[in-house]
Amino acid sequence: MKKVFSHPKSLKKAVFHYCPGCGHSIIHRITCEVIDELGIQERVIGVPPPGCSVFAYYYFDVDMVESAHGRGAAVATGIKRAFPESIVFTYQGDGDLAAIGTTETLHAANRGENITAIFINNAVYGMTGGQMAPTTMLGMKTTTSPFGRDGKFEGHPIKMSEILAQVQGSCYVERCAVNSPANIKKTKKAIKKAFQNQIDGKGYSLVEILSPCPTNWKMSPVKSWQWVDDVMAKEFPLGLIKDTTGKKRAD
Amino acid sequence: MAKTLMTGNAAIGEAAIRAGCQSYFGYPITPQNELTEYMAANMSRRPGCSFVQAESEIAAINMVYGASVAGVRTMTSSSSPGISLKQEGISYLAACQLPSVIVNMSRGGPGLGSISAAQSDYFQSTRGGGHGDYRTIVLGPGSVQELADLTHHAFEMTDKYRIPVIILGDGMLGQMMEPVEFRHEAPAIPPVREDALRGATGRPSRFVRTFTSNPPDLEELNWSLFRRYQLLRKQEVMWENYMTDDARLIVTAFGIAARIAKGAIRQARDMGLKIGMFRPITLWPFPGEQLKELSYTTKYFLDFEMNMGQMIEDVKLSLDGRGDVSFHGRPGGVIPTPSEVLRIITRIYHQKGLNK
Repeated sequence: MKKVFSHPKSLKKAVFHYCPGCGHSIIHRITCEVIDELGIQERVIGVPPPGCSVFAYYYFDVDMVESAHGRGAAVATGIKRAFPESIVFTYQGDGDLAAIGTTETLHAANRGENITAIFINNAVYGMTGGQMAPTTMLGMKTTTSPFGRDGKFEGHPIKMSEILAQVQGSCYVERCAVNSPANIKKTKKAIKKAFQNQIDGKGYSLVEILSPCPTNWKMSPVKSWQWVDDVMAKEFPLGLIKDTTGKKRAD
Repeated sequence: MAKTLMTGNAAIGEAAIRAGCQSYFGYPITPQNELTEYMAANMSRRPGCSFVQAESEIAAINMVYGASVAGVRTMTSSSSPGISLKQEGISYLAACQLPSVIVNMSRGGPGLGSISAAQSDYFQSTRGGGHGDYRTIVLGPGSVQELADLTHHAFEMTDKYRIPVIILGDGMLGQMMEPVEFRHEAPAIPPVREDALRGATGRPSRFVRTFTSNPPDLEELNWSLFRRYQLLRKQEVMWENYMTDDARLIVTAFGIAARIAKGAIRQARDMGLKIGMFRPITLWPFPGEQLKELSYTTKYFLDFEMNMGQMIEDVKLSLDGRGDVSFHGRPGGVIPTPSEVLRIITRIYHQKGLNK
């Protein structure tokens, strides 16, 4: 009988600590599937951030180093420059990549660092208890925007993918979501392409993933999946934003 | 090998390359730019080496963190305001026990301060500098030759003890030119640490982290660091005694201030005054026992620094009440002359009745 589904080799057999309905566990799994499919488990060095995914190294069966908040792109730069044979990816949240680490991210992209960034956008600071993120939607209530985010007072949701697509050094930027089986499949394809670009030495690739946070959004998992489509994807449209690699998706 | 005339900043760069440093990450700031420029010229196209002009000092220190994780010898440099920005990264390097060399060609502060030489970063350097309970090894060179020698030493020490090493120079040391001799050739195959993260090939995957949700784990890390600090205090202190044998007054000074004081002491000796100097070379661990030793033969000390009195706290702690300690300091990037120091020495010498 043909085996069509199994536990990814690069994913440790541990129980995720993530909340029910959280997108992290899905993204971890599909990233590990990609690592397996590309046969790069022994070359990968992952750089997880502070935040809910700080314990990513309990799940990814690859070498990993925790970075300081927002510094993932700089740490990845150091690793990749020191050891170019490695396959380096950062795993960063919206606070990490789009607020405190904007500079490091933008300049790593601009230098065309040959690394892969997986950017989880869930519109809040999750681990610290649901504060306003740079990607929080207008009108959205968080613990630090208790009256609802108002552009006049708290600024507008920042579109990092569009910004990063502007710089010469980025070769591939795509925005995906993990709120439906179809979207999960698309996300996996994007992650695979982002890793393939690095294998091919193309430069900086980033996959932004709209990911539900039912706990801090105060919604049921099902409602939060709908909310990604109904609200988030209106502000952050899904799809390819930049591709200069001249190649079709890795599949 | 023949001596070469070089600026202190360039000498550090050359010594680092000869110590097998494979990666350098910097950001422009005066008065250390010659070092970044030397590395750009000599590392950016060198096979197997990397040079990145980072977007900030914060990014540069985190690139050092990444390169050290990957197991190569790595370095960054800056000057006072930039070193403040690097403190976050230095704390993480200390926590992860990642070998790294950080050069501070310090300048006057606080704030943007001045671009002239100062020693006002002694506290920041010797007390950890960033958040958390940790120390760094701090080396205080006093000449261009010593900058070169201590740079090599810094790479050896940081690998041996897995503690970040700070080379605390200043704008004057960095920018002045002196003849220097390099005692080492660059290794043919630069060292790569065995515990580096270079992909889980032929071994289980592993990780480097600082965060733990279990405080006893962190306490154990702190104990482990502390045990190493104790070892350093015992084994790795460096200092210089200059004309201390018959001295009635001993000047305590480090780095460029010690260089200035030496000039004053030579003049004082010519005048028949019995002056000596104690110069710590490792600022942390501070050679406290060695200083205390001198208090059995000399009662009077003059601490001289290019700040408002920072090392004097270590001097007093070391002497443990046994000496009479005076102080002279010039902060803000003002460079005192040997004749100014001589004036102070002479005054104290007579005030304390040491001429009798």
